[in-house]
Amino acid sequence: MSLRRMLSVVVKELRQLRRDRLTFAMIIGIPTMQLILFGFAINLDVRHLQGAVLDEANTARSRELVAELGASQVIEFHRRLATPQELDDLLREGAISAALVIPADFETRLERRDHPPLQVVVDGSDQVVQSAARQLAAYPIERLRNPLATSVNNVEIVNFYNPERRAPVNTVPGLVGVILTMTMVMFTAMALVRERERGNMEMLIATPVSPWELTVGKVLPFVGIGLVQVTVVLFLGTLIFSVPIRGHLVDVYVAALAFIVASLALGVFLSTLAKSQFQAMQLAFFTFLPQILLSGFMFPYAGMPKLAQWISEVLPMTHFIRLIRGIMLRGASLGDLWHELAALGVFSALMLSIAVARVSKRLD
Amino acid sequence: MSADTASNGNAIVARGLTRRFGTLVAVDHVDLTVARAQVYGFLGPNGSGKSTTIRMLCGLLMPSEGEISVLGHSIPAEAEALKRRIGYMTQKFSLYEDLTVQENLEFLAAVHDVPRAATRARIDELLERYWLGDRRKQLAGTMSGGQKQRLALAGAVLHKPELLFLDEPTSAVDPQSRREFWESLFELADAGTTILVSTHYMDEAERCHRLAILDTGRLVADGTPRELCEELPYAVRLIETPAPRRAQLALKHVAGVVSMAQIGAELRVLADKREADDGALDAALRAAGIDARVKEGRANLEDVFVAATRKPLTEAA
Repeated sequence: MSLRRMLSVVVKELRQLRRDRLTFAMIIGIPTMQLILFGFAINLDVRHLQGAVLDEANTARSRELVAELGASQVIEFHRRLATPQELDDLLREGAISAALVIPADFETRLERRDHPPLQVVVDGSDQVVQSAARQLAAYPIERLRNPLATSVNNVEIVNFYNPERRAPVNTVPGLVGVILTMTMVMFTAMALVRERERGNMEMLIATPVSPWELTVGKVLPFVGIGLVQVTVVLFLGTLIFSVPIRGHLVDVYVAALAFIVASLALGVFLSTLAKSQFQAMQLAFFTFLPQILLSGFMFPYAGMPKLAQWISEVLPMTHFIRLIRGIMLRGASLGDLWHELAALGVFSALMLSIAVARVSKRLD
Repeated sequence: MSADTASNGNAIVARGLTRRFGTLVAVDHVDLTVARAQVYGFLGPNGSGKSTTIRMLCGLLMPSEGEISVLGHSIPAEAEALKRRIGYMTQKFSLYEDLTVQENLEFLAAVHDVPRAATRARIDELLERYWLGDRRKQLAGTMSGGQKQRLALAGAVLHKPELLFLDEPTSAVDPQSRREFWESLFELADAGTTILVSTHYMDEAERCHRLAILDTGRLVADGTPRELCEELPYAVRLIETPAPRRAQLALKHVAGVVSMAQIGAELRVLADKREADDGALDAALRAAGIDARVKEGRANLEDVFVAATRKPLTEAA
């Protein structure tokens, strides 16, 4: 392996990149836009659901109950309904996501305590709405009957790393992973295909340049670009969303570097499979969805069936999400999470070797 | 290896070279011998297997059959060692359009291990020789066909290869640039470089030291241009007539006529020497009531090419 030949590929790649204004702009543009969009938009802690009240009792205590539940802000009771039929219609139209139903015998039920005194009807087609409405079930109804009764929860939940339950704290570290996957896999998936499509490959393979020099040389500039993107996300994340970095910054970067290399290796591998840049793009998207859905970024790993968990273990993003959340939020060190780092290393080595083996210096 | 021992003094020796793509036989048992410091031409229509043959000789394509020895290296086994000693100019422009002239050459110099200290002087020298001195900072993609072709040649000879493969180098270039380009090729051959160049231009083929004519993957003729013309087994007849189109129709079914082409007011007929002699042609013309004079013509390379690659006349017409 000749260092000079490899570096000449790097220099060539950087020069081409500099002239490709759009791609150049995307390097900073993609992380900034996604961070701001996702940072504000992704929030599984639902509030302000559109709701309605069907108060068939209409007593002092029922009105007090509606006011109190409304104050929790989980559901906003904009409408007062008169009949159950209205409630059905509004739910079906999607005008409301939940409704509070207070039966006519509310007072007696409250006193006798043999039936639940009220109902919350929920639009079950959205899982997140469902679980949000469930919070209402925890409301201490007992206090309505006897305001002096002290209600004690049976189980106290102590929230360790995100006591304010702010969503960006959970999403931003994961977003580092999402943004890196998108740009790194996509850029490199195009890399070798572009040489082939533009006819440069035939000239290249007639020179002494080796597959390793070519592959590593093409990938190396993107390592730097990936680190720039990580910096942008971390900087904006702490600035706009006050996301903490509780572990060592160096550990964050080492983890990011390992993930960047893994994503690039995956990209180069895809590049050797694709025959055109369009195919490369499709392949990149094909790996992109499972990485986002199964990595634990969107949905918890523990909730997945066994098969999904196995797939998830193969994805580099899964290990990176564990690393970055551990380091940034829990203040873990790389020593605590060494096995996740090792998994990324194994993935990279495997992908890169397959890719290089597939970069044939022949046309057939 | 027999091809290897036969390579004494020769740059390229190939025996029984064959390449199949599925059921298509692109190159069919081609034997080649190219002496050093020669300009050797590959003449053939599109799809005759010129590019495929060149790619196999460079080690870019695996032959399905046959033995190749290039500069003493057995190909494809020693292809990587060979790649340091050859230059290859692809049919389509294959340098980077989004790099400047200078940047392209710098890249190629590094990739070919041209010593760093010598790179600068070598690039300056090439830019001057190929009239690209004032284009140094121009993006390759914005240059004209002739300029791109000179840049590609500069790139292919940057590392002073002993053997140069040029695949239809002049296909996108005006006549003046083609002349200049061929001057450059002879300059390189004089300096000892062996050049294998494919073309479908007769005037270019005529300039080669030796020539191989390929047709549907088979080598149908090879030799010096003069040998090929002299050994042509057909006679050339020039027919002077005020009605060349009618004359062509009249001669179409005369036995032994191989091909006809109208050149201005004349009809150029390629015909079997014994079967279709002057008498037979005269008789056919008179029978059709055409006033014509038949003269003897000299065979040129186009006649050789037509004779070598001819299909049955009825099919071609």
